[in-house]
Amino acid sequence: MSDFPPAASGFMVDATTTALILAARVATGVRAEWRGCDPTTHRRIYYANHVSHGDFVLLWSVLPPALRRVTRPVAAADYWRATRMRRYISEEVFRAVLIERNRTEETPDPITLMADALSGGASLILFPEGTRNTGDERLLPFKSGIYRLAEKRPEIECVPVWIDNLNRVLPKGEIVPVPLLCTVTFGAPVKLGEGEEKQAFLERARAALLATAPTNGETQKDG
Amino acid sequence: MAEPNLLILAAGVFAILAVASLIGFILKRTISWQKPHAVIDNLNARIKAWWVLVALMLLAFLFGKAGVVLLFAFASFTALREFMTLTPTRRGDHYALAASFFIFLPAQYALVLADQYGIYSVLIPVYAFLALPIIAAFRAETTRYMERVAQVQWALMICVFCLSHVPAILNLDIPGFEGGNLLLIAFLIIVVQASDVLQYVCGKLFGRRKLAPNLSPSKTWEGLIGGVGLATLLGTGLWWLTPFTPLVALAMAALIAIMGFFGGLVMSAIKRDRGVKDWGQMIEGHGGVLDRIDSLVFAAPIFFHLTRFFFSVS
Repeated sequence: MSDFPPAASGFMVDATTTALILAARVATGVRAEWRGCDPTTHRRIYYANHVSHGDFVLLWSVLPPALRRVTRPVAAADYWRATRMRRYISEEVFRAVLIERNRTEETPDPITLMADALSGGASLILFPEGTRNTGDERLLPFKSGIYRLAEKRPEIECVPVWIDNLNRVLPKGEIVPVPLLCTVTFGAPVKLGEGEEKQAFLERARAALLATAPTNGETQKDG
Repeated sequence: MAEPNLLILAAGVFAILAVASLIGFILKRTISWQKPHAVIDNLNARIKAWWVLVALMLLAFLFGKAGVVLLFAFASFTALREFMTLTPTRRGDHYALAASFFIFLPAQYALVLADQYGIYSVLIPVYAFLALPIIAAFRAETTRYMERVAQVQWALMICVFCLSHVPAILNLDIPGFEGGNLLLIAFLIIVVQASDVLQYVCGKLFGRRKLAPNLSPSKTWEGLIGGVGLATLLGTGLWWLTPFTPLVALAMAALIAIMGFFGGLVMSAIKRDRGVKDWGQMIEGHGGVLDRIDSLVFAAPIFFHLTRFFFSVS
């Protein structure tokens, strides 16, 4: 998994990609807003708020095709390897960097996997809250992973991405989605400062993500 | 009788759009060629969007009643989506929202298509009005309960119920005007939208005195009087499309132009409260679908019911 897989190809993969993007767009009318940076193919770490399993599909679907081809989500191996269908989607369509949540001696270090993927030329999508946020708090405290990754690759910019409204489209535990409009807002990038402490960086990155959230027509977050 | 008049009308509207596009081009050329200019660029984006909107309307007209019902059902869906996106609902509203989108909206338009006035005129004001709070009560979430239920009901009234009165015009049975109801829809839409456009133009050209700076900073007395006045003249001139005499056409045009103005004002108040300028981004230059149809939403039910009361036998 460490070297960058070739760009998705083949009829099945293309068809699945198109179907997923179309489904995401129809269900959520999703729109990208590049507020703090431009959609360039620079290697980047896109880090986003996490409220639903659909988060990275939505983020991925609003990226321009050239960016999408080089951007890989970081996802949980136990979930995405559980069935053949999930394995196909995560490995062939999204070319996800799958990491083990329950680590043992044999499992590879997730930070190394992510750093290797960056070295292979990919951009990453990750959710530093570590788990889906289903509570009342707008954004959970960040896990240390993003800091450890930035420590290994300090030259790469981290772009905060706020995914708005998806938790209202399909709240946890609901079956029928409601077709509300979602936006994906890209904020101003942050980089690890020289000698910056872990806690300081995590808090700065979290503040940057909160600052990216649209303030207009704010909808209440609830559980 | 309907077909040739509709063709004349379409030709007229396209001619006006062509003139508008030409004016937009000349303005761009003389004032800000190859430079961005907020007002002129927005004007040109609006004109371009109008071409698409008019083409869509005509396409729907070609398919007759089913086409018009489908077009407005889609407009309702998009408007409701924009409205609910900017409404602070809670988890406990999920079923009520799903019912609005997937039961009440399709049912309303199916009943309009099936010409069931007895049900479509009460489906949302009576059945949804009672069903939505029941559905919300099942979720046992009491935070802002009354407010939330009222908001969902209001959204359905505005985005679905009121707007469905445009295609419902096709159900009116006016003696001596058989087969001409599409023209009546054209009359309503042309007068209301022309009033919007002329208010914008008059406001930009002569606007001095702000009318309601707290609600909508761009609305001026000059724009209102010029726009509604000219739209009323236009409507009077189009009396031959309708079963009305010129005098009745004048009164109707004035009434729907004024209702349209108030529709824009009311919807502006909601946008202000939510802290947004537009309902959405779907129509380039105009904002969302709801920004374009807010005036129609307020004018259509009144136009429908007055015409029904005074002219229709069904």
